[in-house]
Amino acid sequence: MNKVAALLAVIMALCALPLQAAEEVVAGLSQNRISITAQFNGSQILIYGAVKRNAPEPGGAPLKIIVTLEGPSLPVTVRRKVDTSGIWINRDRVDVDSAPTYYAVATSAPIGTIITHTEDLRRRITIPNAIRSVGAPSNVLDSSAFSDALIRLRTHEGLYRMSEGAVDIVEDTLFRANFELPANLVEGNYRVRILLYRDKALVDDEVETIFVRRVGLERWLANTAEQQSEFYGILSLLIAGVAGWAAAAIFRFIRT
Amino acid sequence: MQIYLPIAEVSVNIFLLVGLGGIVGLLSGMFGVGGGFLITPLLMLIGVPPGVAVATGANQVVASSVSGVLAHMRRKGVDFRMGTVLLVGGLVGSAGGIWLFNLLTRLGQIDLVIQLSYVAMLGSIGILMMQESLRAMRRVRSNPTKVQRRQHSWVHGGPMKIKFRASGLYISIIPPLLVGFGVGVMSAIMGVGGGFVMVPAMIYLLGMPGKVVIGTSLFQICFVSAFTTYMHAVTNQSVDMVLAVVLILGGVIGAQIGSRLGAKLKAEQMRILLASLVLIVAVKLTLDLVLQPSELYSLSWGRS
Repeated sequence: MNKVAALLAVIMALCALPLQAAEEVVAGLSQNRISITAQFNGSQILIYGAVKRNAPEPGGAPLKIIVTLEGPSLPVTVRRKVDTSGIWINRDRVDVDSAPTYYAVATSAPIGTIITHTEDLRRRITIPNAIRSVGAPSNVLDSSAFSDALIRLRTHEGLYRMSEGAVDIVEDTLFRANFELPANLVEGNYRVRILLYRDKALVDDEVETIFVRRVGLERWLANTAEQQSEFYGILSLLIAGVAGWAAAAIFRFIRT
Repeated sequence: MQIYLPIAEVSVNIFLLVGLGGIVGLLSGMFGVGGGFLITPLLMLIGVPPGVAVATGANQVVASSVSGVLAHMRRKGVDFRMGTVLLVGGLVGSAGGIWLFNLLTRLGQIDLVIQLSYVAMLGSIGILMMQESLRAMRRVRSNPTKVQRRQHSWVHGGPMKIKFRASGLYISIIPPLLVGFGVGVMSAIMGVGGGFVMVPAMIYLLGMPGKVVIGTSLFQICFVSAFTTYMHAVTNQSVDMVLAVVLILGGVIGAQIGSRLGAKLKAEQMRILLASLVLIVAVKLTLDLVLQPSELYSLSWGRS
C-alpha cells in the first residue's frame, strides 16, 4: 500500500509540475552586447518574446507583462543646498548605499493593476524600490526628499525611466518593448527581467544579461588609466607637452 | 559629431570641445592665465563629472602653457630665474594647500571655503586691477610723455637679494617665494593654476616689467599644472585623455593666436580686459551663492 501511495504521489507531482509552469516566457534581445566606441552615442535595445503554453490559455484576467532593464549599481551621494545667512551652500547630504546607474521599467498596463505593493517591494520593480536604503544622518529629517531628488535628476538625464503601457502584447502571446540607452552609460552587465503576471500573481519570469563594454582605443585608455596610472599620467603630460611645442613650431613656421 | 569620453563616460559634441579649448587657450596666451578657473566650470556645465573636469583641465593647461611659454621665450619674455623661484614657492605651497584641504574636508566646510575664497580673491583682484589700469590710462592720456618710475617699496628691501636680469630687478628672494607659495596653496584648494592671482602680484607687488610677466607666469603654471595632472592621474585616475587631446587641439591654437593678440594690445588695455574678465567670473560666482538655485540637489559618485 505504501508503495502505491508513493507512486501516486510521484505521478501527482509530475502532473503538477507542468501545471505550475503552464505559461512560460521565451525572450530574445535585439543585441546582448553593446560596444562603447569613440562614436558611441546611445543605443536602442529591443526586448521581445512570446508566452509558451502547454495547455489552452487559462481564463480570468488577461496576461500582463513588466520588463525592467537595470545597469550596475553604485553608491551615490545626494547633497542639498541650504540658505545659510543669505548664501546658498551644500550643507545636508545623504549617502545612498547603492543605486542603479541606469534603470528603466516598461509595463503593459498601469503598474498598480499588475502587481501588489508587497510584490513591488519584494522584487524591487518600481524606481523608488530599486534604490537601496537611504541611510540618512540624524540631522536630515526628510530623507525621502533626497531619494526623490536622485530619481528626478537621473530621470532628467534619461537614466531612469518608467514607461507604463510601453510593452505591446499581441494576442496575449507575443510581446515587445523598446529601451533607449543614453550615451552616458556605465560599463558593466545590464540585467533584463521579464515578469509575467496574471491576477497580480507571478506566472513566470526570465532574466537575461546585456554586456556593455568599451572597445578599441576607449577600452585601452580606460584600462591603462586604471592599471598603469603612472604610465598614463606621464603619457598625458607627454602628449600635452608635444602638442604645445608643435603648435608653437607650426605657428612660427606659418609666420616666417 | 559626438565623441565618447572613456574616463568621463559621457558623449559630447567634438566641435563644442574644440571651441572651449580654443577660448581658454586664447585667454592663456593673452593674459598668462592658465584658464583653469574657466575650463573646469565650463566642462562641468556640459556634463563632465567635476573630478574629471578638474584633472583634465589641468592637463589641457599644461599644453597651452607650454605653447605659450615657447612663444614668449622667442620674444625674451620669460624670466627663468624668477620663474624658478616662484615654482619652488609654488610646490611648497601646494603641499601645504593639500594639507589644509584635507583639514577643511574633515571639518566639512570645504565647499563654502572654496566658493567664498573664489569670490573674495577674484572680486578684490578685479577691482584693484580695474582701478589701477583706469588711473594709468587717464595718466597716459593727460601726459603721454611722462613715464612712470618704478617705486621702491618694502618688497624691494629684505635679505638675500638676487639679481633677476630679465626683469631688471635686484630684490630679496623672499617676496617672490611668498607669492609662489600663496599661489600654490590656492591652486591646491581651488583647483586652479593661479595665473590670475600671480599676474597682478608680479606687476603690483614685485614690480616686474609687463613684457616678462606673462611668459614667466606661464612658465610657473606649466610645471605646477603638470604636477597636478600627474597626481590626479595616479591617485584618482580622473584624467580623460580623449577629452584632453580634443581640448588641447583647440587650446594650443588659441594660445598662439592669443599671444599674438596680446603683443599687439597696450599693457593698460590688456589689464582692463583681464580685470573685466575676473570681475565677470566673480559676479557670476556671487550670484550663484546668493540667488536661490533652481535645483537644490546635486549628485556625486560614491561617498566622498
